[in-house]
Amino acid sequence: MAIDLMSVAGWMKDFATQIHDNADLLTDLDREIGDADHGANMDRGMRAVIDLDPSTFPSAADYLKKVGMTLVSTVGGASGPLYGTFFLRVGTAWPDVENPDLVGLALRAGLDGIIQRGKAAIGEKTLVDALSPALDEFDANAGDGMGTALQAAAVACAAGRDATIPLVARKGRASYLGERSAGHQDPGATSMTMLIEAASRTLS
Amino acid sequence: MQEVFEHGRLWPMKKLINDVADVVKDSLFGVEAAHADLVKVDHENKVVYRKDAPIANKVGIISGGGSGHEPLHGGFVGLGMLDAACAGEVFTSPVPDQMFAATKLVDGGAGVLHIVKNYTGDVMNFEMAAEMAAAEGIRVEAVIVADDVAVQDSLYTAGRRGVGLTVLLEKIVGAAAEEGKDLDYLVGLAGRISDNGRSMGMALTGCTVPAAGKPSFDLHDDEIEIGIGIHGEPGRARVANGTAAETAEMLVRPILDDLDYSGSEVIAFVNGMGGTPLIELYIVFNEVAKILAAAGVKVARCLVGNYITSLDMAGCSVTLLKADAEMLQLWDAPVWTPGLRWGK
Repeated sequence: MAIDLMSVAGWMKDFATQIHDNADLLTDLDREIGDADHGANMDRGMRAVIDLDPSTFPSAADYLKKVGMTLVSTVGGASGPLYGTFFLRVGTAWPDVENPDLVGLALRAGLDGIIQRGKAAIGEKTLVDALSPALDEFDANAGDGMGTALQAAAVACAAGRDATIPLVARKGRASYLGERSAGHQDPGATSMTMLIEAASRTLS
Repeated sequence: MQEVFEHGRLWPMKKLINDVADVVKDSLFGVEAAHADLVKVDHENKVVYRKDAPIANKVGIISGGGSGHEPLHGGFVGLGMLDAACAGEVFTSPVPDQMFAATKLVDGGAGVLHIVKNYTGDVMNFEMAAEMAAAEGIRVEAVIVADDVAVQDSLYTAGRRGVGLTVLLEKIVGAAAEEGKDLDYLVGLAGRISDNGRSMGMALTGCTVPAAGKPSFDLHDDEIEIGIGIHGEPGRARVANGTAAETAEMLVRPILDDLDYSGSEVIAFVNGMGGTPLIELYIVFNEVAKILAAAGVKVARCLVGNYITSLDMAGCSVTLLKADAEMLQLWDAPVWTPGLRWGK
Protein backbone atom coordinates (compact mmCIF):
# COMPACT_ATOMS: atom_id res chain seq x y z
CA MET A 1 0.00 0.00 0.00
CA ALA A 2 1.53 3.28 -1.12
CA ILE A 3 0.11 5.40 1.69
CA ASP A 4 1.10 3.16 4.60
CA LEU A 5 3.52 4.10 7.36
CA MET A 6 6.72 2.88 5.69
CA SER A 7 5.87 4.49 2.34
CA VAL A 8 5.17 7.81 4.06
CA ALA A 9 8.47 7.47 5.94
CA GLY A 10 10.14 6.88 2.57
CA TRP A 11 8.51 10.09 1.30
CA MET A 12 10.04 12.02 4.20
CA LYS A 13 13.46 10.40 3.64
CA ASP A 14 13.39 11.36 -0.04
CA PHE A 15 12.31 14.92 0.83
CA ALA A 16 15.05 15.21 3.47
CA THR A 17 17.64 14.12 0.90
CA GLN A 18 16.41 16.70 -1.61
CA ILE A 19 16.52 19.44 1.03
CA HIS A 20 19.99 18.44 2.19
CA ASP A 21 21.45 18.19 -1.33
CA ASN A 22 19.89 21.52 -2.32
CA ALA A 23 20.32 23.43 0.95
CA ASP A 24 22.77 25.87 -0.64
CA LEU A 25 20.42 26.51 -3.56
CA LEU A 26 17.53 27.23 -1.18
CA THR A 27 19.69 29.54 0.93
CA ASP A 28 20.97 31.37 -2.14
CA LEU A 29 17.42 31.92 -3.42
CA ASP A 30 16.52 33.20 0.04
CA ARG A 31 19.54 35.51 0.15
CA GLU A 32 18.29 37.28 -2.96
CA ILE A 33 14.88 38.21 -1.57
CA GLY A 34 14.81 37.10 2.07
CA ASP A 35 17.21 36.43 4.90
CA ALA A 36 19.42 33.61 3.61
CA ASP A 37 18.39 30.87 6.00
CA HIS A 38 15.76 28.73 4.23
CA GLY A 39 18.17 25.92 3.27
CA ALA A 40 19.86 25.70 6.66
CA ASN A 41 16.57 25.89 8.56
CA MET A 42 14.77 23.25 6.47
CA ASP A 43 17.82 20.97 6.54
CA ARG A 44 17.96 21.18 10.34
CA GLY A 45 14.25 20.34 10.52
CA MET A 46 14.29 17.43 8.08
CA ARG A 47 17.36 15.91 9.78
CA ALA A 48 15.31 15.86 12.98
CA VAL A 49 12.44 14.26 11.05
CA ILE A 50 14.53 11.42 9.67
CA ASP A 51 15.87 10.80 13.16
CA LEU A 52 12.32 9.75 14.10
CA ASP A 53 11.91 5.97 14.09
CA PRO A 54 8.79 5.34 11.98
CA SER A 55 8.36 1.84 13.42
CA THR A 56 7.45 3.37 16.79
CA PHE A 57 4.29 4.99 15.39
CA PRO A 58 0.93 3.20 15.29
CA SER A 59 -0.04 4.70 11.91
CA ALA A 60 1.09 6.90 9.03
CA ALA A 61 -1.29 9.57 10.34
CA ASP A 62 0.42 9.65 13.75
CA TYR A 63 3.84 9.74 12.11
CA LEU A 64 2.86 12.69 9.88
CA LYS A 65 1.54 14.62 12.86
CA LYS A 66 4.85 14.05 14.66
CA VAL A 67 6.69 15.24 11.53
CA GLY A 68 4.66 18.46 11.78
CA MET A 69 5.42 18.95 15.47
CA THR A 70 9.11 18.23 14.85
CA LEU A 71 9.31 20.85 12.11
CA VAL A 72 7.51 23.43 14.27
CA SER A 73 10.04 22.80 17.06
CA THR A 74 13.21 22.81 14.99
CA VAL A 75 12.88 24.99 11.87
CA GLY A 76 11.99 28.45 13.22
CA GLY A 77 11.44 31.44 10.96
CA ALA A 78 8.28 31.40 8.87
CA SER A 79 8.92 27.99 7.31
CA GLY A 80 8.65 26.15 10.65
CA PRO A 81 5.05 27.14 11.39
CA LEU A 82 4.05 26.79 7.71
CA TYR A 83 5.51 23.35 6.99
CA GLY A 84 4.69 22.25 10.55
CA THR A 85 1.04 23.23 10.20
CA PHE A 86 0.94 21.55 6.77
CA PHE A 87 2.02 18.15 8.14
CA LEU A 88 -0.10 18.44 11.30
CA ARG A 89 -3.21 18.97 9.14
CA VAL A 90 -2.23 16.36 6.53
CA GLY A 91 -1.62 13.85 9.32
CA THR A 92 -4.92 14.59 10.99
CA ALA A 93 -6.78 13.89 7.72
CA TRP A 94 -4.53 11.09 6.36
CA PRO A 95 -6.68 8.06 5.33
CA ASP A 96 -6.02 4.49 6.41
CA VAL A 97 -7.30 3.11 3.13
CA GLU A 98 -5.67 3.64 -0.25
CA ASN A 99 -8.06 6.12 -1.83
CA PRO A 100 -6.65 8.95 -3.97
CA ASP A 101 -9.67 11.16 -3.28
CA LEU A 102 -9.07 10.90 0.47
CA VAL A 103 -5.33 11.56 0.04
CA GLY A 104 -6.27 14.63 -2.01
CA LEU A 105 -8.51 15.82 0.82
CA ALA A 106 -5.71 15.32 3.35
CA LEU A 107 -3.23 17.31 1.24
CA ARG A 108 -5.82 20.04 0.79
CA ALA A 109 -6.31 20.20 4.55
CA GLY A 110 -2.58 20.89 4.70
CA LEU A 111 -2.84 23.68 2.13
CA ASP A 112 -5.77 25.20 4.04
CA GLY A 113 -3.62 25.11 7.18
CA ILE A 114 -0.81 26.97 5.42
CA ILE A 115 -3.21 29.61 4.09
CA GLN A 116 -4.79 30.03 7.53
CA ARG A 117 -1.41 30.33 9.28
CA GLY A 118 0.34 32.51 6.71
CA LYS A 119 -2.70 34.40 5.39
CA ALA A 120 -1.29 34.22 1.87
CA ALA A 121 -3.41 34.16 -1.27
CA ILE A 122 -2.45 32.90 -4.72
CA GLY A 123 -0.15 35.26 -6.62
CA GLU A 124 1.70 36.66 -3.58
CA LYS A 125 4.95 34.80 -4.35
CA THR A 126 4.82 32.11 -1.67
CA LEU A 127 4.73 28.31 -1.50
CA VAL A 128 0.96 28.55 -1.97
CA ASP A 129 1.66 29.40 -5.64
CA ALA A 130 3.25 25.96 -6.09
CA LEU A 131 1.07 23.81 -3.82
CA SER A 132 -2.32 25.16 -4.86
CA PRO A 133 -2.10 24.33 -8.60
CA ALA A 134 -0.46 21.01 -7.68
CA LEU A 135 -3.47 19.96 -5.64
CA ASP A 136 -5.88 21.10 -8.36
CA GLU A 137 -4.08 18.77 -10.79
CA PHE A 138 -4.01 15.99 -8.20
CA ASP A 139 -7.78 16.20 -7.82
CA ALA A 140 -8.32 16.35 -11.59
CA ASN A 141 -6.31 13.13 -12.06
CA ALA A 142 -7.28 11.26 -8.89
CA GLY A 143 -9.65 9.05 -10.89
CA ASP A 144 -6.64 7.55 -12.69
CA GLY A 145 -4.94 6.46 -9.48
CA MET A 146 -2.34 7.77 -7.05
CA GLY A 147 0.60 7.47 -9.46
CA THR A 148 -0.99 9.53 -12.22
CA ALA A 149 -2.41 12.07 -9.78
CA LEU A 150 0.93 12.62 -8.03
CA GLN A 151 2.84 12.91 -11.29
CA ALA A 152 0.40 15.53 -12.55
CA ALA A 153 0.68 17.31 -9.21
CA ALA A 154 4.50 17.36 -9.39
CA VAL A 155 4.46 18.86 -12.89
CA ALA A 156 1.96 21.53 -11.86
CA CYS A 157 3.93 22.26 -8.68
CA ALA A 158 7.13 22.86 -10.65
CA ALA A 159 5.25 25.09 -13.11
CA GLY A 160 3.80 27.04 -10.17
CA ARG A 161 7.29 27.37 -8.70
CA ASP A 162 8.65 28.73 -11.98
CA ALA A 163 5.71 31.11 -12.26
CA THR A 164 6.74 32.78 -8.99
CA ILE A 165 9.79 34.28 -10.74
CA PRO A 166 8.10 37.37 -12.26
CA LEU A 167 5.80 37.91 -9.28
CA VAL A 168 6.17 40.78 -6.79
CA ALA A 169 6.17 39.44 -3.22
CA ARG A 170 3.26 40.46 -1.02
CA LYS A 171 4.04 38.32 2.03
CA GLY A 172 7.07 37.61 4.17
CA ARG A 173 10.39 39.40 4.26
CA ALA A 174 10.61 39.51 0.46
CA SER A 175 7.61 41.86 0.41
CA TYR A 176 9.78 44.66 1.81
CA LEU A 177 11.69 44.69 -1.48
CA GLY A 178 8.54 45.58 -3.41
CA GLU A 179 9.14 45.56 -7.18
CA ARG A 180 12.75 44.48 -6.56
CA SER A 181 11.46 41.02 -5.54
CA ALA A 182 10.38 40.35 -9.14
CA GLY A 183 12.81 38.25 -11.19
CA HIS A 184 13.63 35.88 -8.33
CA GLN A 185 12.27 32.38 -7.72
CA ASP A 186 10.50 31.96 -4.40
CA PRO A 187 12.51 29.72 -2.02
CA GLY A 188 9.39 28.33 -0.29
CA ALA A 189 7.78 27.37 -3.61
CA THR A 190 11.08 25.67 -4.48
CA SER A 191 11.20 23.50 -1.35
CA MET A 192 7.47 22.75 -1.70
CA THR A 193 8.10 21.42 -5.21
CA MET A 194 10.79 19.12 -3.77
CA LEU A 195 8.17 17.77 -1.35
CA ILE A 196 5.58 17.02 -4.03
CA GLU A 197 8.18 15.57 -6.42
CA ALA A 198 9.35 13.33 -3.57
CA ALA A 199 5.74 12.21 -3.08
CA SER A 200 5.43 11.31 -6.76
CA ARG A 201 8.53 9.09 -6.45
CA THR A 202 7.59 7.37 -3.21
CA LEU A 203 3.81 7.22 -2.86
CA SER A 204 2.74 6.06 -6.34
CA MET B 1 39.90 32.06 10.31
CA GLN B 2 37.01 32.05 7.87
CA GLU B 3 37.56 34.30 4.85
CA VAL B 4 35.05 35.11 2.16
CA PHE B 5 35.59 36.84 -1.15
CA GLU B 6 32.69 39.16 -1.76
CA HIS B 7 32.07 42.61 -3.21
CA GLY B 8 35.53 42.68 -4.76
CA ARG B 9 37.57 42.09 -1.63
CA LEU B 10 38.47 39.45 0.89
CA TRP B 11 36.61 39.66 4.19
CA PRO B 12 38.20 37.94 7.14
CA MET B 13 35.60 37.13 9.76
CA LYS B 14 37.12 38.61 12.88
CA LYS B 15 34.70 37.98 15.70
CA LEU B 16 34.90 37.18 19.39
CA ILE B 17 33.31 33.76 19.09
CA ASN B 18 34.35 30.19 19.86
CA ASP B 19 32.29 28.40 17.23
CA VAL B 20 29.79 29.76 14.74
CA ALA B 21 27.28 27.13 15.86
CA ASP B 22 27.55 28.12 19.55
CA VAL B 23 27.12 31.91 19.35
CA VAL B 24 23.67 32.10 20.98
CA LYS B 25 24.35 29.32 23.48
CA ASP B 26 27.69 30.72 24.67
CA SER B 27 26.28 34.24 24.93
CA LEU B 28 23.39 33.06 27.13
CA PHE B 29 25.85 31.37 29.49
CA GLY B 30 27.61 34.72 29.68
CA VAL B 31 24.38 36.56 30.46
CA GLU B 32 23.69 34.08 33.25
CA ALA B 33 27.21 34.40 34.66
CA ALA B 34 27.17 38.19 34.55
CA HIS B 35 23.65 38.80 35.86
CA ALA B 36 22.95 35.92 38.24
CA ASP B 37 21.54 38.50 40.69
CA LEU B 38 18.73 39.36 38.25
CA VAL B 39 18.01 36.50 35.88
CA LYS B 40 18.12 32.77 35.34
CA VAL B 41 18.51 31.03 32.00
CA ASP B 42 16.68 27.93 30.77
CA HIS B 43 19.44 26.79 28.43
CA GLU B 44 17.45 23.98 26.84
CA ASN B 45 14.76 26.41 25.68
CA LYS B 46 17.06 29.46 25.44
CA VAL B 47 14.83 31.51 27.74
CA VAL B 48 16.15 34.29 30.00
CA TYR B 49 13.70 34.82 32.88
CA ARG B 50 13.41 36.81 36.07
CA LYS B 51 15.00 35.19 39.07
CA ASP B 52 11.81 35.78 41.07
CA ALA B 53 9.41 34.40 38.40
CA PRO B 54 6.60 33.55 38.50
CA ILE B 55 5.22 36.46 40.50
CA ALA B 56 1.80 35.67 41.90
CA ASN B 57 -1.08 37.69 40.42
CA LYS B 58 1.20 39.74 38.15
CA VAL B 59 0.74 39.55 34.40
CA GLY B 60 3.79 37.88 32.86
CA ILE B 61 5.44 39.97 30.12
CA ILE B 62 7.32 38.00 27.48
CA SER B 63 9.14 39.00 24.36
CA GLY B 64 11.60 37.33 22.08
CA GLY B 65 12.92 37.13 18.60
CA GLY B 66 16.04 36.37 16.66
CA SER B 67 19.32 37.01 18.45
CA GLY B 68 21.74 39.71 17.30
CA HIS B 69 19.76 42.71 18.66
CA GLU B 70 21.27 42.75 22.16
CA PRO B 71 20.53 44.04 24.71
CA LEU B 72 16.99 43.46 23.28
CA HIS B 73 15.32 41.24 24.54
CA GLY B 74 17.24 39.26 27.18
CA GLY B 75 18.91 42.40 28.52
CA PHE B 76 15.51 43.82 29.42
CA VAL B 77 14.47 41.00 31.75
CA GLY B 78 14.06 42.14 35.33
CA LEU B 79 12.09 44.39 37.66
CA GLY B 80 9.73 46.73 35.80
CA MET B 81 10.27 45.34 32.32
CA LEU B 82 10.16 41.76 30.94
CA ASP B 83 9.56 38.57 32.89
CA ALA B 84 11.15 36.42 30.19
CA ALA B 85 12.81 36.68 26.78
CA CYS B 86 13.18 33.91 24.18
CA ALA B 87 16.33 33.89 22.06
CA GLY B 88 16.16 32.49 18.57
CA GLU B 89 19.15 31.82 16.37
CA VAL B 90 20.78 34.99 15.00
CA PHE B 91 18.06 36.87 13.06
CA THR B 92 15.78 33.79 13.14
CA SER B 93 12.54 33.69 15.09
CA PRO B 94 12.47 31.42 18.13
CA VAL B 95 10.23 28.34 17.87
CA PRO B 96 6.87 28.01 19.67
CA ASP B 97 8.27 25.53 22.22
CA GLN B 98 10.48 28.33 23.56
CA MET B 99 7.67 30.84 24.00
CA PHE B 100 5.45 28.12 25.47
CA ALA B 101 8.17 27.22 28.00
CA ALA B 102 8.65 30.92 28.85
CA THR B 103 4.89 31.40 29.22
CA LYS B 104 4.71 28.56 31.73
CA LEU B 105 7.76 29.86 33.63
CA VAL B 106 6.27 33.33 34.23
CA ASP B 107 2.55 32.68 34.52
CA GLY B 108 1.58 33.92 37.97
CA GLY B 109 -2.12 33.31 37.43
CA ALA B 110 -2.94 36.71 35.89
CA GLY B 111 -2.22 35.73 32.29
CA VAL B 112 0.70 36.44 30.00
CA LEU B 113 1.31 39.17 27.41
CA HIS B 114 3.47 38.38 24.37
CA ILE B 115 5.25 41.39 22.84
CA VAL B 116 5.96 40.48 19.21
CA LYS B 117 7.89 42.45 16.61
CA ASN B 118 6.07 42.38 13.30
CA TYR B 119 7.99 39.84 11.24
CA THR B 120 6.20 36.98 9.51
CA GLY B 121 8.16 34.27 11.34
CA ASP B 122 7.92 35.86 14.78
CA VAL B 123 4.18 36.45 14.47
CA MET B 124 3.44 32.85 13.39
CA ASN B 125 5.69 31.22 16.00
CA PHE B 126 4.25 33.33 18.84
CA GLU B 127 0.74 32.58 17.54
CA MET B 128 1.38 28.83 17.76
CA ALA B 129 2.84 29.23 21.27
CA ALA B 130 -0.28 31.13 22.35
CA GLU B 131 -2.43 28.27 21.02
CA MET B 132 -0.34 25.76 23.00
CA ALA B 133 -0.68 27.88 26.16
CA ALA B 134 -4.43 28.28 25.66
CA ALA B 135 -4.73 24.49 25.41
CA GLU B 136 -3.20 24.33 28.92
CA GLY B 137 -5.54 26.97 30.28
CA ILE B 138 -3.10 29.92 30.36
CA ARG B 139 -4.61 33.13 29.04
CA VAL B 140 -2.27 34.77 26.54
CA GLU B 141 -2.71 38.02 24.65
CA ALA B 142 -0.29 39.35 22.05
CA VAL B 143 0.67 42.84 20.97
CA ILE B 144 2.35 43.30 17.60
CA VAL B 145 4.85 46.17 17.34
CA ALA B 146 4.97 47.67 13.82
CA ASP B 147 6.55 51.12 13.96
CA ASP B 148 8.98 51.31 11.02
CA VAL B 149 7.89 54.11 8.69
CA ALA B 150 10.46 52.98 6.10
CA VAL B 151 7.88 50.40 5.03
CA GLN B 152 5.51 52.63 3.14
CA ASP B 153 3.22 50.26 1.29
CA SER B 154 1.97 48.21 4.22
CA LEU B 155 -1.09 47.05 2.26
CA TYR B 156 1.12 45.12 -0.15
CA THR B 157 3.75 43.92 2.29
CA ALA B 158 3.89 41.92 5.51
CA GLY B 159 3.30 45.30 7.16
CA ARG B 160 5.58 47.68 9.00
CA ARG B 161 8.46 46.06 10.85
CA GLY B 162 8.83 46.18 14.61
CA VAL B 163 11.93 48.16 15.55
CA GLY B 164 12.88 50.84 18.11
CA LEU B 165 9.44 51.34 19.62
CA THR B 166 9.71 47.79 21.01
CA VAL B 167 12.20 49.01 23.65
CA LEU B 168 9.93 51.84 24.82
CA LEU B 169 6.87 49.59 24.81
CA GLU B 170 8.59 46.87 26.84
CA LYS B 171 9.66 49.48 29.43
CA ILE B 172 6.28 51.19 29.77
CA VAL B 173 4.08 48.09 29.67
CA GLY B 174 6.52 46.30 31.98
CA ALA B 175 6.18 49.13 34.52
CA ALA B 176 2.38 48.97 34.34
CA ALA B 177 2.47 45.20 34.92
CA GLU B 178 4.77 45.74 37.91
CA GLU B 179 2.15 48.14 39.33
CA GLY B 180 -0.41 45.34 39.14
CA LYS B 181 -2.43 46.32 36.05
CA ASP B 182 -4.44 43.46 34.57
CA LEU B 183 -3.99 41.84 31.17
CA ASP B 184 -6.81 43.71 29.42
CA TYR B 185 -5.47 47.02 30.67
CA LEU B 186 -1.97 46.18 29.44
CA VAL B 187 -3.27 45.20 25.99
CA GLY B 188 -4.99 48.59 25.76
CA LEU B 189 -1.89 50.46 26.94
CA ALA B 190 0.31 48.58 24.45
CA GLY B 191 -2.14 49.46 21.67
CA ARG B 192 -1.94 53.15 22.59
CA ILE B 193 1.86 53.03 22.51
CA SER B 194 1.81 51.31 19.10
CA ASP B 195 -0.59 53.92 17.74
CA ASN B 196 1.60 56.79 18.92
CA GLY B 197 5.15 55.63 18.12
CA ARG B 198 7.13 55.63 14.88
CA SER B 199 10.74 54.84 13.92
CA MET B 200 13.19 55.21 11.06
CA GLY B 201 16.70 53.80 10.74
CA MET B 202 19.84 54.15 8.63
CA ALA B 203 23.08 52.24 8.10
CA LEU B 204 26.68 53.25 7.40
CA THR B 205 27.62 49.58 6.90
CA GLY B 206 25.95 46.18 6.59
CA CYS B 207 26.32 43.63 9.36
CA THR B 208 27.95 40.21 9.44
CA VAL B 209 25.84 37.26 10.60
CA PRO B 210 28.37 34.79 12.08
CA ALA B 211 26.94 31.83 10.12
CA ALA B 212 27.11 33.78 6.84
CA GLY B 213 30.61 35.12 7.50
CA LYS B 214 30.23 38.13 5.23
CA PRO B 215 28.44 41.47 5.39
CA SER B 216 24.75 41.51 4.51
CA PHE B 217 25.33 44.34 2.05
CA ASP B 218 28.21 46.54 1.02
CA LEU B 219 28.13 50.31 0.79
CA HIS B 220 30.65 52.43 -1.02
CA ASP B 221 32.70 54.74 1.17
CA ASP B 222 30.52 57.71 0.28
CA GLU B 223 27.12 55.98 0.62
CA ILE B 224 24.59 55.43 3.39
CA GLU B 225 21.43 53.32 3.36
CA ILE B 226 18.24 55.01 4.59
CA GLY B 227 15.23 53.06 5.87
CA ILE B 228 16.95 49.87 7.00
CA GLY B 229 15.44 47.30 9.35
CA ILE B 230 17.36 45.49 12.05
CA HIS B 231 18.41 42.38 10.11
CA GLY B 232 20.93 43.81 7.68
CA GLU B 233 18.28 43.98 4.98
CA PRO B 234 18.60 46.82 2.48
CA GLY B 235 16.48 49.88 3.05
CA ARG B 236 14.39 52.42 1.20
CA ALA B 237 17.15 54.37 -0.58
CA ARG B 238 20.90 54.58 -0.95
CA VAL B 239 22.15 58.17 -0.76
CA ALA B 240 25.38 60.12 -0.44
CA ASN B 241 26.81 60.35 3.05
CA GLY B 242 26.33 63.87 4.39
CA THR B 243 26.50 65.58 7.77
CA ALA B 244 24.85 64.25 10.92
CA ALA B 245 22.37 67.12 10.59
CA GLU B 246 21.37 65.99 7.09
CA THR B 247 21.08 62.37 8.19
CA ALA B 248 18.94 63.32 11.21
CA GLU B 249 16.65 65.23 8.86
CA MET B 250 16.26 62.12 6.67
CA LEU B 251 15.24 60.09 9.72
CA VAL B 252 13.00 62.52 11.57
CA ARG B 253 11.11 64.03 8.61
CA PRO B 254 9.41 60.79 7.46
CA ILE B 255 8.30 60.19 11.06
CA LEU B 256 6.77 63.66 11.39
CA ASP B 257 5.14 63.24 7.97
CA ASP B 258 3.56 59.96 9.10
CA LEU B 259 2.03 61.09 12.40
CA ASP B 260 1.06 64.51 13.70
CA TYR B 261 3.35 65.26 16.64
CA SER B 262 2.86 69.03 16.71
CA GLY B 263 2.34 70.40 20.21
CA SER B 264 2.93 66.95 21.74
CA GLU B 265 5.35 65.70 24.33
CA VAL B 266 7.53 62.85 23.10
CA ILE B 267 9.96 60.28 24.35
CA ALA B 268 12.80 60.66 21.84
CA PHE B 269 15.01 57.62 21.36
CA VAL B 270 18.24 57.69 19.35
CA ASN B 271 19.39 54.10 19.04
CA GLY B 272 22.74 52.80 17.85
CA MET B 273 22.80 49.78 15.54
CA GLY B 274 25.76 48.23 17.37
CA GLY B 275 28.81 49.53 15.53
CA THR B 276 28.49 53.27 16.04
CA PRO B 277 30.18 55.02 18.99
CA LEU B 278 28.12 56.91 21.53
CA ILE B 279 29.90 60.16 20.68
CA GLU B 280 28.23 60.07 17.26
CA LEU B 281 24.83 59.08 18.68
CA TYR B 282 24.87 62.20 20.85
CA ILE B 283 25.67 64.33 17.80
CA VAL B 284 22.63 62.80 16.09
CA PHE B 285 20.50 63.33 19.19
CA ASN B 286 21.41 67.02 19.25
CA GLU B 287 20.33 67.36 15.61
CA VAL B 288 17.10 65.47 16.29
CA ALA B 289 16.34 67.75 19.24
CA LYS B 290 16.86 70.85 17.07
CA ILE B 291 14.50 69.56 14.37
CA LEU B 292 11.86 68.71 16.97
CA ALA B 293 12.14 72.10 18.64
CA ALA B 294 11.65 73.80 15.28
CA ALA B 295 8.61 71.59 14.62
CA GLY B 296 7.00 72.47 17.95
CA VAL B 297 7.52 69.01 19.46
CA LYS B 298 8.60 68.91 23.10
CA VAL B 299 11.13 66.28 24.14
CA ALA B 300 9.82 65.21 27.55
CA ARG B 301 12.16 62.22 28.02
CA CYS B 302 14.95 60.71 25.97
CA LEU B 303 17.07 57.63 25.58
CA VAL B 304 20.40 57.54 23.72
CA GLY B 305 22.46 54.39 23.23
CA ASN B 306 22.67 50.89 21.75
CA TYR B 307 19.44 49.16 22.80
CA ILE B 308 18.07 47.38 19.71
CA THR B 309 21.03 46.56 17.55
CA SER B 310 21.84 44.75 14.33
CA LEU B 311 25.04 42.91 15.29
CA ASP B 312 28.04 45.02 14.18
CA MET B 313 26.15 47.33 11.85
CA ALA B 314 27.16 50.98 12.03
CA GLY B 315 24.24 53.38 11.95
CA CYS B 316 21.33 54.54 14.05
CA SER B 317 17.58 54.81 14.29
CA VAL B 318 15.24 57.43 15.68
CA THR B 319 12.02 56.58 17.50
CA LEU B 320 9.48 59.15 18.60
CA LEU B 321 6.66 58.19 20.98
CA LYS B 322 3.91 60.72 21.56
CA ALA B 323 3.59 60.20 25.30
CA ASP B 324 0.66 61.05 27.58
CA ALA B 325 1.05 61.66 31.34
CA GLU B 326 0.54 58.01 32.19
CA MET B 327 3.21 56.84 29.73
CA LEU B 328 5.66 59.37 31.16
CA GLN B 329 4.93 58.29 34.73
CA LEU B 330 5.45 54.64 33.74
CA TRP B 331 8.63 55.56 31.85
CA ASP B 332 10.00 57.11 35.07
CA ALA B 333 8.99 54.12 37.21
CA PRO B 334 11.79 51.90 38.56
CA VAL B 335 13.43 49.47 36.14
CA TRP B 336 16.27 47.12 37.02
CA THR B 337 17.50 44.90 34.19
CA PRO B 338 20.92 44.09 32.70
CA GLY B 339 20.40 46.64 29.92
CA LEU B 340 18.28 49.40 31.46
CA ARG B 341 18.19 50.43 35.09
CA TRP B 342 17.06 53.46 37.09
CA GLY B 343 14.88 54.58 39.97
CA LYS B 344 15.22 51.60 42.26
